[in-house]
Amino acid sequence: MPFEASIEAFAQALSDPARPAPPQTRGREGRPDARRFAVYRNNVAVGLIGAIEARYPVTRAIVGDAFFRAMAGAFVAAEKPLTPVLIHYGEAFPDFVAGFEPAREIAYLCDVARLENAWVEAYHAAEAPALALDALGEMAPEDFAALRFAPHPAARLLRLAHPAASIWAAHQGTGEPRPPEAWRAEETLVTRPVADVLVRVLPPGGWEFARALFAGATLGEAAERCAAEGIDPGSHVVGLIAAGAFQSLR
Amino acid sequence: MSLSPVACARVAAPLPKRGGVGLKADHVEQILAERPDLGFFEIHAENYMGDGGPAHRRLEAIRALYPISLHGVGLSIGSPRPLDKDHLKRLAALAKRYEPGLFSEHLAWSSHNQGFLDDLLPLPLTKETLATVCDHIDDTQQALGRRMLLENPSTYLLFAESTISETDFVAEVARRTGCGLLLDVNNVIVSATNHGFDAIAYLDAYPLRHVEEIHLAGYAEMQDDAGRPLLIDAHDSPVREHVLALYAEAIRRIGPTPTLIEWDNDVPVWPALLAEARRAELTMARVVAASEEKGLRHAV
Repeated sequence: MPFEASIEAFAQALSDPARPAPPQTRGREGRPDARRFAVYRNNVAVGLIGAIEARYPVTRAIVGDAFFRAMAGAFVAAEKPLTPVLIHYGEAFPDFVAGFEPAREIAYLCDVARLENAWVEAYHAAEAPALALDALGEMAPEDFAALRFAPHPAARLLRLAHPAASIWAAHQGTGEPRPPEAWRAEETLVTRPVADVLVRVLPPGGWEFARALFAGATLGEAAERCAAEGIDPGSHVVGLIAAGAFQSLR
Repeated sequence: MSLSPVACARVAAPLPKRGGVGLKADHVEQILAERPDLGFFEIHAENYMGDGGPAHRRLEAIRALYPISLHGVGLSIGSPRPLDKDHLKRLAALAKRYEPGLFSEHLAWSSHNQGFLDDLLPLPLTKETLATVCDHIDDTQQALGRRMLLENPSTYLLFAESTISETDFVAEVARRTGCGLLLDVNNVIVSATNHGFDAIAYLDAYPLRHVEEIHLAGYAEMQDDAGRPLLIDAHDSPVREHVLALYAEAIRRIGPTPTLIEWDNDVPVWPALLAEARRAELTMARVVAASEEKGLRHAV
């Protein structure tokens, strides 16, 4: 069998548990051996499921190990990593969870997964100094409206339909997680200004405001766009800077 | 404990002929606090291919104190497809940044049309696959601007179309490409058991003069369809005694060699992992002492 055909047959059989061991493979008895081939099939599944387990520990804790393994197993069967860099694998998992029928009753589950994905992205993002509040200290207040900000490479904005950030926070550390105090949408900012990843729930309107600034709007434009929400742009932008959301002025 | 002089120097010098372990995030704090006397740390290249963050911060701190060895697990050298050029670039960038003592990869494939399959999968050993593997090693050595080491695999099945023994295949790869070899002694025992060949005969046939690093690990035990023992390269337990005995035989033949303990699943607490590296170093020292004593007796 030519090299390419042999590897393709092997790969096809790996991906489909219903297929027998590839006919060109040999165990000790001189014929294909299902248990031997199953070692490879198992290694692939366990390895990729392990990558999803590592990326989504709170999602896993919420549904339990067995349910999560089945859900992650369905995901890895449908979507293989595009590169060997597994720290970037599984970013599509939250959307998969949103459409995973057996998890439909846990409506907030995909939001928790979205936050966990953003956390991992922030964790591995490029190093950059975060803009300090001092940078604004020497400016005349009338110049503030024209300021534009460059987002920090680790900063991620999420608009979560459920209190997923509170649920996520309740699962950090040990002890029994408590349910969130209020069941409401949570606009969330994930940053890593130095070494540690920070998760902050923004005040109402904060997502729209920060998104405008991230997209290059001036502070004045962002404030105008969010005026209907009745937010205070001054305290909002100070909060974003303090959380390390920006790299610099631009 | 004091650091050995070689461990202090941040240069891309060869690894010291001592024990080393795979670097685990959970151990780093204790390692930096205690600075144990250890030959080197090995890292899986793909775990450090993010842009920044705590993983790189930890590795920088370790690299400032110890030599490291860069071990790839995703290049897919044994694939019929051309190597992923982006992945070669990522490897080259890591090698430039951390100046490892050596870079190693596997005689295996892991990516195909379906994507990355996250396992070290076996290939037929033929003239055709030999040529492809040699091309891929040439590409790798060119992209990294350095020699690489090729590791012998653990396998669970063979291919009907294979026409070359694994030892002859590896020897010919080393001859054609000039690459060095990483001898995984646990893989020799695993494959010898799984395919019913003699592990010592494998060492006899293996081009040992090219070996620049040794891997040791623990295996798991299963059975195949015929009820025969099937060993799994699990990296989840201490090195078995007969693996250590084969290691001693390899050291007797090639002399002291950088030796890595691979323990990647059910990772133990730091002192237990360090103790495994000490066990390998003790074995290496005993073999050397025995060889010297024998040499003295001959001299008398």
